Amino acid sequence: MSTGTTKLDVVVSDVVPVNDLVTRFHFRRRDGELLPTFSGGAHVVVEMRDGDRTRLNPYSLMGSPLDTREYTISVRRDDAGRGGSLFMHRQVKPGLEMVISYPVNLFSLDLRAKKHLMLAGGIGITPFMAQTSQLAGAGGNFELHYTCRTASLGTYADVLQQRYGNRVRLYHDDREERIDLDRLLSSQPLGTHLYVCGPAGMINWVRDRAASLGWPPETVHFEHFAAPQPGAPFDVTLAVSGKTIRVGEQQSLLEAIEAAGVDPPYLCRGGVCGQCETNVISSDGKFIHNDHWLSEEDHRSGCKIMPCVSRFEGKSLVLER
Amino acid sequence: MGITFRKETFRDDFTFRNSPEHIRRFPFPFNEDAYMYAVNIEPHVVGPKGSVLENLIDVDEHYVAEMQDRALVLAEDPLRCQLLPHMTLAGWDLLELLMEQQALGYPEHFTLERNGDRWRWINRPLGIDDTFTFGDTSTLPYGPMEYITRQSQGDFCILDQRDGNLWMDAGMVTTQADWSLDFDIGMNFFEWHAPVPLAHEKGIFTRALKFLTNIQQGKPARRLNWTMTINPRLDTSPENYHKWGPDRATVTPENVGQKVHLRVELQSFWRLPRSNAIVFPIRCYLIKMDELVTQPKWARRLHRVIRDLPEELATYKGLTRYRPTLVEWLSKLDDGSPTSPGFGPD
Repeated sequence: MSTGTTKLDVVVSDVVPVNDLVTRFHFRRRDGELLPTFSGGAHVVVEMRDGDRTRLNPYSLMGSPLDTREYTISVRRDDAGRGGSLFMHRQVKPGLEMVISYPVNLFSLDLRAKKHLMLAGGIGITPFMAQTSQLAGAGGNFELHYTCRTASLGTYADVLQQRYGNRVRLYHDDREERIDLDRLLSSQPLGTHLYVCGPAGMINWVRDRAASLGWPPETVHFEHFAAPQPGAPFDVTLAVSGKTIRVGEQQSLLEAIEAAGVDPPYLCRGGVCGQCETNVISSDGKFIHNDHWLSEEDHRSGCKIMPCVSRFEGKSLVLER
Repeated sequence: MGITFRKETFRDDFTFRNSPEHIRRFPFPFNEDAYMYAVNIEPHVVGPKGSVLENLIDVDEHYVAEMQDRALVLAEDPLRCQLLPHMTLAGWDLLELLMEQQALGYPEHFTLERNGDRWRWINRPLGIDDTFTFGDTSTLPYGPMEYITRQSQGDFCILDQRDGNLWMDAGMVTTQADWSLDFDIGMNFFEWHAPVPLAHEKGIFTRALKFLTNIQQGKPARRLNWTMTINPRLDTSPENYHKWGPDRATVTPENVGQKVHLRVELQSFWRLPRSNAIVFPIRCYLIKMDELVTQPKWARRLHRVIRDLPEELATYKGLTRYRPTLVEWLSKLDDGSPTSPGFGPD
């Protein structure tokens, strides 16, 4: 019934460089009203109008859920990415009118937890900014372990240490500081829930160690930042709408479908929520699956694709869209 | 103008009645002459003026009497209102939603003043004027969920979302069609739906769960469900089966019009912002057969639906005992002429 979420008309109220790679953006509602309340871990999808292209990228809300006068996101510049972060860094200035989605939370706190153990890597810190604010306001028990490359790239490490003192532990790659993960995971009180957000390698490592050490899967929560990857252009036939489209090098399949005037449902645009799952009618070539939604069996079958993050190489692809 | 609230009862002498305007706004649940399960979910958006969808949280002429009946149920059985400890935040979410919606739809009856965390809530029909601190349970006479659901028509289930499932972890349930919160508390979506016949085979619950876990903030959804109740009794709970179960043996051709009621539930689904839980209000509307058949289209259609209902569904809905008597009574009002499309009366 829904294509995405309800939209919010906002204006950029501030742009703040945080360090060499990360810039923070503040949004307020254009009508001056309060923004919708959200829960820690929620993201919004930011619409970027870049010439005749529209990019829709998800970013975690990092402000306090208790303050909805403005939303804040932090964007890490990715010089090799598809251009969304470069657009944000170069084109977005205070006063710009933008459209963002209502908040959606696919990385929710489990409020039954006796303790929340959080592991962040790099820009994966952003959802924890909101979650720690939410928990601190309610007297919640949490502990945050944050890995960054260098002290100067430790985005918000200073803020977090100031706010929460020794509940925040920092690890710097350049000083060869590593989380003693097995010891950390083995020494938690019963009823602890584990949350991890960061690069795919870190998430896999933490999930793997947690499983080996006997953590029940329902106590381990993770958020993949699966941005769509660029790749060679390919052609697709949309059987239902009778259109043939070309997916550009810097475009995702979902974006190409939308550019052709077809609107599949979506929420996360990161291969997690399952909304844009699309049936393959026929194909001759190789799928490049990048999602975390379909099973391995689905990937092997060649019958389904998640157009938000996955691509195709080969002669022909016909989708049920 | 505002609503004129009726003085009436849902027990003992059963003085519940619908006014003529309320008969016409009754949410008749059949849009064709037959009924079968479907995932009949649609966006919960505002509907026509004068319908139960005029506001997303409906308040009607039975409001005061329903709240009095709820208080009586709770006095006898406090377990109708339960909340697992991790759901308090969701209770605050629900309090905000219901206060905002009632104040928005019925400003002459309800007022909400927000000044930061300091809130003032005025409920004129129930004579309440309370100032409290949002988020501080000690400033309210009850927990936030119980406080606001003692002032809101319909049952409320709050479903926690985790592990790709929904969990019945809190609720206020006093006007239910033969199910028990005390029994279901802590169960997941598949566990509490286990008794429903036919729908599992059709894969309905798997699809419904997928839909519900994707409900987004600002985009509520709704569906209608229905059953029948003998006497206008709101509390048809398993706990009180001994009080209402035997009523089903009292239906005679002479008293069908007064005793037999169509019971429609307007169920809606809302994402709660702070807790990321789903609230599931189940609003019960009752109409006695004598009132319903004042609309000839509804009389003809209800006759055909009840007559042709599959046996499993009739059993599940508890109609078996009096179905022949009801069908016979309704058949006299069905001349066989076609019915117009849609739910509404002609």
